[in-house]
Amino acid sequence: MENKNKIVHAIYDDDDVLLKAVKELRSKKYVIEEVFTPFPVHGLDKAMGLSGTRIAITSFIYGCIGLGVSILMMDYMMIQDWPQNIGGKPSFSYVENMPAFVPIMFELTVYFAAHLMVITFYLRSRLWPFKKAENPIPSTTDDKFLVQIDSYKSESELKKVLKKLEPLKLF
Amino acid sequence: MASHYEAPIRKPLVTGDKTYHDVTVDVAAPVEGKPNRQWWIVFGISLTVFLWGLGCIIYTISTGIGVWGLNKTVGWAWDITNFVWWVGIGHAGTLISAVLLLFRQKWRMGINRSAEAMTIFSVIQAGLFPIIHMGRPWLGYWMLPIPNTFGSLWVNFNSPLLWDVFAISTYLSVSLVFWWTGLLPDFAMIRDRAVKPFQKKIYSLLSFGWSGRAKDWQRFEEVSLVLAGLATPLVLSVHTIVSFDFATSVIPGWHTTIFPPYFVAGAIFSGFAMVQTLLIIMRKVSNLEDYITVQHIELMNIVIMITGSIVGVAYITELFIAWYSGVEYEQYAFLNRATGPYWWAYWAMMSCNVFSPQLMWFKKLRTSIIFSFVISIVVNIGMWFERFVIIVTSLHRDYLPSSWTMFSPTFVDIGIFMGTIGFFFVLFLLYAKYFPVIAQAEVKTILKSSGEKFKKLRDGK
Repeated sequence: MENKNKIVHAIYDDDDVLLKAVKELRSKKYVIEEVFTPFPVHGLDKAMGLSGTRIAITSFIYGCIGLGVSILMMDYMMIQDWPQNIGGKPSFSYVENMPAFVPIMFELTVYFAAHLMVITFYLRSRLWPFKKAENPIPSTTDDKFLVQIDSYKSESELKKVLKKLEPLKLF
Repeated sequence: MASHYEAPIRKPLVTGDKTYHDVTVDVAAPVEGKPNRQWWIVFGISLTVFLWGLGCIIYTISTGIGVWGLNKTVGWAWDITNFVWWVGIGHAGTLISAVLLLFRQKWRMGINRSAEAMTIFSVIQAGLFPIIHMGRPWLGYWMLPIPNTFGSLWVNFNSPLLWDVFAISTYLSVSLVFWWTGLLPDFAMIRDRAVKPFQKKIYSLLSFGWSGRAKDWQRFEEVSLVLAGLATPLVLSVHTIVSFDFATSVIPGWHTTIFPPYFVAGAIFSGFAMVQTLLIIMRKVSNLEDYITVQHIELMNIVIMITGSIVGVAYITELFIAWYSGVEYEQYAFLNRATGPYWWAYWAMMSCNVFSPQLMWFKKLRTSIIFSFVISIVVNIGMWFERFVIIVTSLHRDYLPSSWTMFSPTFVDIGIFMGTIGFFFVLFLLYAKYFPVIAQAEVKTILKSSGEKFKKLRDGK
């Protein structure tokens, strides 16, 4: 009796062959659980049917927050709380004094956009110190590409399909 | 293979018959091997110089800024010169990793990792100087936007010196995460090859558990692109703001609107020169000549030549505008620079920064490794003199001829500067030994389009 929904691993050593195999499997309605690659293979996310990442949008939002924080901070500190006469600059109005605040408005926008985006990336992709690596075979960070496929109904049938797609190894 | 097409006229960026596995082996080799004798010798010298510098810093802080060569007229000299010099050097890394990424320049991939490392290490050196110059560095937190201890007097957001604090800390921290994010897949590669348990543990910790899932790579690429987009205006803003330290003042010779673009061009110029110096040695010592090729060196030389020319135009524009302004103080400041008691510093700057890079017009010279190395050192000396000329010659003859004076550094000034060079090399040598110095995951993506082996296969040679 065959195991249902058994995960099959196919190993490749060439990104073009891998890409072809992934496209072929998708057209045969197989569910590709995961692909581990040593470097970003262009077009692989589309071939696997992954939706686009929204991380750039988060960065834009974080940047807007940074800009807002910088404006509120400088308005409170320099205009509301303790206005000072510095070289006769208009210390009573944020708008009129704004040219002097532009550098820090810019820096904090970048600071927030960059750092919060990277933190979001690390959390979403589950990357942090002491995190255990999850690639099934170590050589996927060297020169091997590994595809995990759900065999769905029949493992032998999937293996038959895979054999035609020139994998290096199946297990 | 068709999707990896690249015009045959483009020179290969990875020479030798390299496969994906060869790239792994070559990049991991310095990390897995033992450091050789030369490494220990250079490391020992750097460490000694660093410790001497540290001694000078301790002496300065415990005694006071009076141990420096500053006087009533020249109140800003070596420390700020060194600060601006180091920040400038720190500009090439982000330029290579961010600007060249936006322009899709594949040649950045062999050198970006080391250039970014160099950026971070040199910004660390730069950051030391304002902190030491405070005299009481334990009060450094006063630069943060917090109320003072007597009430709620805040830091002055109108001051370029405070803009510097924000610009440099944003630049340092953003460069650091950009660098580290790029390092994750490469640390993972070393982790998965490691045989010694301790090594495995360390690289596993450093790699944050990177597994190389398709989704991770998709996000990784997007994050790199957005970070590059953010870092590009950031890198331009940092030296712009450093130049504001001078440009917003009313000192003749400093009060010029050309400073921001001129400082940024100079920064890229000196940064590329430092990358050149370091990589010419590293490619030899770590056997990476197949990844950092003569083509890379030539392209960097072209950047040096162009930015050197921009700097030259800026020098001449400054002179012209000083004359054209009709302001006699301004005119005197520039005349004094070129013909006054500091004429030697001015002409050292001119010959190192403007004349020497022009030699790169000759293909024979810009593809010569020895010549490139020599010019890269000459440029760094020239750029140090540029900052010295701007700072000291503008100050040493002020409005009162009775207070005209000269500046001479004490052994402490020299010691601290040498110490930062030592510290820089200590950090860089540790990096070269323990970090993957080539962004191997990225190099693998261009191997089929720009690797010599694949190019030959495709072009049917």
